[in-house]
Amino acid sequence: MLNGLSTIVRDRAAAQAALQPDLKASTKPKLEARNLSFYYGATQALFDVTLSIPERSVTALIGPSGCGKSTFLRTLNRMNDIIEGTRATGKVLLEGVDIYEPGIDVVALRKRVGMVFQKSTPFPKSVFENVAYGPRVAGHRGSKALAELVEACLRRAALWDEVKDRLGDSALELSGGQQQRLCIARALATNPDVLLMDEPASALDPASTAHVEDLIFELKQNYTIVIVTHNMQQAARVSDRTAFFNHGHLIEVDATPKIFTRPGQKQTEDYVTGRFG
Amino acid sequence: MSANVMRTGIDVPRTRAFARPSFVGRLFAGACATSAWMGLGVLSVLLVGVLWQGAGWLSWSFLTNYDSRHPAEAGIRAGLWGSLWLVVLATLFAVPVGVGAGIFLEEYEKKGWLRTVIEINLSNLAGVPSIVYGILGMAVFVKMFGAFQGQPKVLEIGLRNAHFDIPLPFGRTVLSGGLTLALLILPIVIVVTREALRAVPSSLRQASYALGATHWQTIRHQLLPAALPGIITGVILSVSRAIGETAPLLMVGAAVYLANSPGGIETPLDVVKHPGGVLEAPFDSFTALPVLIFNWISRPEKEYRHVAAAAILVLLGLLQVFNIAASVIRARMQRKTRW
Repeated sequence: MLNGLSTIVRDRAAAQAALQPDLKASTKPKLEARNLSFYYGATQALFDVTLSIPERSVTALIGPSGCGKSTFLRTLNRMNDIIEGTRATGKVLLEGVDIYEPGIDVVALRKRVGMVFQKSTPFPKSVFENVAYGPRVAGHRGSKALAELVEACLRRAALWDEVKDRLGDSALELSGGQQQRLCIARALATNPDVLLMDEPASALDPASTAHVEDLIFELKQNYTIVIVTHNMQQAARVSDRTAFFNHGHLIEVDATPKIFTRPGQKQTEDYVTGRFG
Repeated sequence: MSANVMRTGIDVPRTRAFARPSFVGRLFAGACATSAWMGLGVLSVLLVGVLWQGAGWLSWSFLTNYDSRHPAEAGIRAGLWGSLWLVVLATLFAVPVGVGAGIFLEEYEKKGWLRTVIEINLSNLAGVPSIVYGILGMAVFVKMFGAFQGQPKVLEIGLRNAHFDIPLPFGRTVLSGGLTLALLILPIVIVVTREALRAVPSSLRQASYALGATHWQTIRHQLLPAALPGIITGVILSVSRAIGETAPLLMVGAAVYLANSPGGIETPLDVVKHPGGVLEAPFDSFTALPVLIFNWISRPEKEYRHVAAAAILVLLGLLQVFNIAASVIRARMQRKTRW
């Protein structure tokens, strides 16, 4: 198991080095959580998490079910705000600005920090309108510019060739994998710099999963990506850094190859080798 | 020997464990089936009876004649138009208020004493007998608490192309009846709206928020369109309740004998020919289908029972149309959306 994983990691790492030799130079933190604790009513879900996420990289959040990784992801664009009775303490800095400050415009924040969900959630509208939704609610007018934007986003999500002739069809008629890529295209349309992905491939078949993973690999050249995954091989394949959560605590965060081959904590090792979780 | 022991060892618990529940189970299933057939039986007795009595009396002239002292010439034109106007006005008032209140309760006032107070009042309102709504309608709309002390006034509103003469108090008009029926169906519309909004999957709401949509944009572009088929279905069903109501209309002064239609609109074409009639109709006197039926049944002449039966057939037909429309919309909704 450990052997197989490290082979995968090395393969991808080698490919990555060939593609972008200067990637390691970028260590500026895009997002930074400082002493972040989170509560659902009286239940504490995150304990004092401090984690920095470098720009233009993929950070994977792993850990057993209920460990707080999804909660942490959703604190990064304040999606937890829509659940009643939740509160956060500590700071989340996006380029040095605390997004939990009172004056922060949550709507504007969510345009900069896009999100893709576990279950693909296309709106019951046409393919085009799904991608155009973000720009439209942001007040984007002008049909020509919008059409160009939609095409660009669909291309970036590697979906354009499959849907260019059926932009007017209902998005619900696309296959599961296509729907998930449509949701990624839709998230790109608000022109975010951060993409949060909550188990984006867990409901997809292996071929579609590979497609989405390739896409993540492409997208990190322009975006900062944080991905929650249950699939350790996936974390190993797509991410640069991996953070391991357990019982609401951040146990360890390090370069992905290190987490999967020489983790610093016993818990992490037990988890990545499949001894629990 | 040992084979015998084995067999009894299996057989005894089997008969004990399964034989008795199967008898009770069959008894229960039988009781349920009897209940179901009882409902169907009563309904078919009613239908057959009405069909038997009304057959032969239902004709085109029955639909187009006004009431008459001669049973053979009596018709339901005034009742049809009256019921139509009542339902249209009731819907016009109840839907915006009801849908608005439903959205408020479901989306904006998520907790707190105001929501609790409104919810308690709503469930109380839904249980109030319709005759009480009639008394309320009479006090509020027909008499306006006697605020004008027997000296009715006319409020004149002159617009560029139209002229309204609004009597104050409203008196025994279509408007009073429509508003009373609107109050009657308001709790249903609110409950239906809330349920339809709650049935919208939360993933849709989250996806909208995640793309930087505001609360209002999410309601306007995602929640309402997704909930609309459910709301429409509920509104149609509540209208089919309103169209059969008799007691509140008698209270707000529906005429039992009337030889004209509200606003002088007697055929659908009149709406185009005399558009002014559309504005006058709400302030005209009225009767309604169930009121006519009630009146005819109470008359001593035997023939009027046949007239009433024919009117009941028309009313049942209308209700059937509403119910079919509601289920068609629901079926289309289920086919169109899949989450």
